[in-house]
Amino acid sequence: MIFEVFRQERKGQPFQHAGSLDAPDEHFAEIYAREQYGRRQESVALWLVPRASLHEIDDFPDEFDLKYRRVDGYSIKARLREARERAGTLQG
Amino acid sequence: MQERSKADLLLELADDELFLGWRNSEWTGIAPFLEEDVAFSSIAQNEIGHARALYELAARELDTTADALAFDRQPEEYRCAPLVELRRLEWARTIARHWLYETADEIRLAALKASDDPEIAGIASKIDREETYHRLHAEMWVERLLVSEDGRARLNEAVEELWPYALGVLDDELRPELRSRIEGRLGRSLPEVEPVPRGRHEAELAELWQEMTVVRRSAPTGAQW
Amino acid sequence: MDTRTQEFLEYVQGGGQVETADWMPDDYRTRLVKFIEMHANSELMGVLPERDWILRAPTLQRKLALTAKIQDEVGHAQLIYRVVADLGKPRSACLDDLVSGKAKFHNVFHYPTKTWGDVGVIAWLVDAAAIVSQKALLKCSYAPYARIMKKICWEESFHILHGRDVILALVTGTEEQFELVQEALDRWWEPLMHFHGNPIPADEDPMYVWRIKSQANEDARQQFLDGYVPQIRELGLEIPDSALRRDEESGRWLYTEPDWDRLRAVVTGHGPASEERLAFRRLSREQVAWVENVVLAEAA
Repeated sequence: MIFEVFRQERKGQPFQHAGSLDAPDEHFAEIYAREQYGRRQESVALWLVPRASLHEIDDFPDEFDLKYRRVDGYSIKARLREARERAGTLQG
Repeated sequence: MQERSKADLLLELADDELFLGWRNSEWTGIAPFLEEDVAFSSIAQNEIGHARALYELAARELDTTADALAFDRQPEEYRCAPLVELRRLEWARTIARHWLYETADEIRLAALKASDDPEIAGIASKIDREETYHRLHAEMWVERLLVSEDGRARLNEAVEELWPYALGVLDDELRPELRSRIEGRLGRSLPEVEPVPRGRHEAELAELWQEMTVVRRSAPTGAQW
Repeated sequence: MDTRTQEFLEYVQGGGQVETADWMPDDYRTRLVKFIEMHANSELMGVLPERDWILRAPTLQRKLALTAKIQDEVGHAQLIYRVVADLGKPRSACLDDLVSGKAKFHNVFHYPTKTWGDVGVIAWLVDAAAIVSQKALLKCSYAPYARIMKKICWEESFHILHGRDVILALVTGTEEQFELVQEALDRWWEPLMHFHGNPIPADEDPMYVWRIKSQANEDARQQFLDGYVPQIRELGLEIPDSALRRDEESGRWLYTEPDWDRLRAVVTGHGPASEERLAFRRLSREQVAWVENVVLAEAA
């Protein structure tokens, strides 16, 4: 079975994909992951997931350009200037 | 427990761990598969690490250094059990020895953790904690081997071959405990045998010692490496 | 070249990264697999010259450090074979090709290790040469490979430290110990100069064109010489090439042209230790073949 290994470098950090390994079952996988990704005390935690349990999604359609969800969907410069002028707080 | 000086006890433990570590490190690069190779190498290194810590304690008792104790004695002066001297570069025997030794060591360490001497008790605890993982590993392999007919046959054959040596790792009074655990796990009884005790060495030890000291002996004693 | 391939070429040359499931031109895929497979084989074969010395290491610390170094290399082989497997060639097929002599591995692992001096020289200089290449591979266009190179480079840095420490102990020891290093260096210099491959210009090297390699062979060699010739000479060691010198104007190192035919002969299995090592691998593999059958048996 192939297992994917995610490791956490320090507490508070996200778990990141570190690699994969072959093992007969999860008991072996645990021991192998522990050694391959932790023998130098380089990880504080590991997640082990059978590859078959991972579902990848890599397709994100955006046919109608719903920009309001993103930062680039807003252009406030002109209106902000107008508001400052009106309030007399425009600087420089 | 058998009467022995603190230094002798430490040397027994250290020599056991050193030679077993050596034997186990012989698999580095050629273990049955790569993931196991990495894991087993860590076990071997842990054992040598235990040996080093034990030698350091003994060195203080004997006013010498850990390296001098590890390398500069004559073969007949080592106090290891014959079990760890055997060259068995065969996987079933390696697993059998690993499991037999770890089980025996657990029994031995339990007694030592109760020692009046805080140094002995302390180091026994540390070693025992690390060996939890060794035992897990050994148990995992034993379980896997027992699941198939082929594996079961090989493991049983290997255990029988090594059984007299395994008994020799422990003092008399601890041997029944070892027997009970091994027989319990295998679900069968093991033959009555003469244990192969410490004190006499296998021929392999002298050979091993020759090679292990060849570089060290090529420079005068005390040379740095 | 068809449009799709042309676009792919521009993409990788522009720094684009490729993942496992992405479309790849056949030529890219074939070269990629061969290259990565050779790296995996090299890590695995690299273990053999060194493991004899675990037993012979003259102190406990050296024994541990050397075992750990070799363990790292086995770990690297594991990571790299996984990348190859995800590209479609299973590990068992790679190992079959390796032991049959069909697949290649790096030149340096075809040579015998004769003394403790070799142990130091390999850990220090061979690993240094390797790290130059491996750092360049951090930018490999094939992302799964680039990602594992990070762990590999990090671990190799310990090897170089260990190697240098071994060498320093020897060169500050007895005269015989100093000689051990000099003699080992004399034997390893040619393989080191061969290591980065013949000086094919980057734009003629398909590996560079596809950005699998991000550095020309000669640049890698120059980088190695820049870093390590001064370090070697400052210890009082002599490099066995009287023509080796740095041209002040160009900043490039000049040296006696290595025998490239000899390199070709070595990597095709005619090195001094090639046959013996492959035979050892073949035998070890046969002896443990039963284990795989047992561990793959279904749990009761």
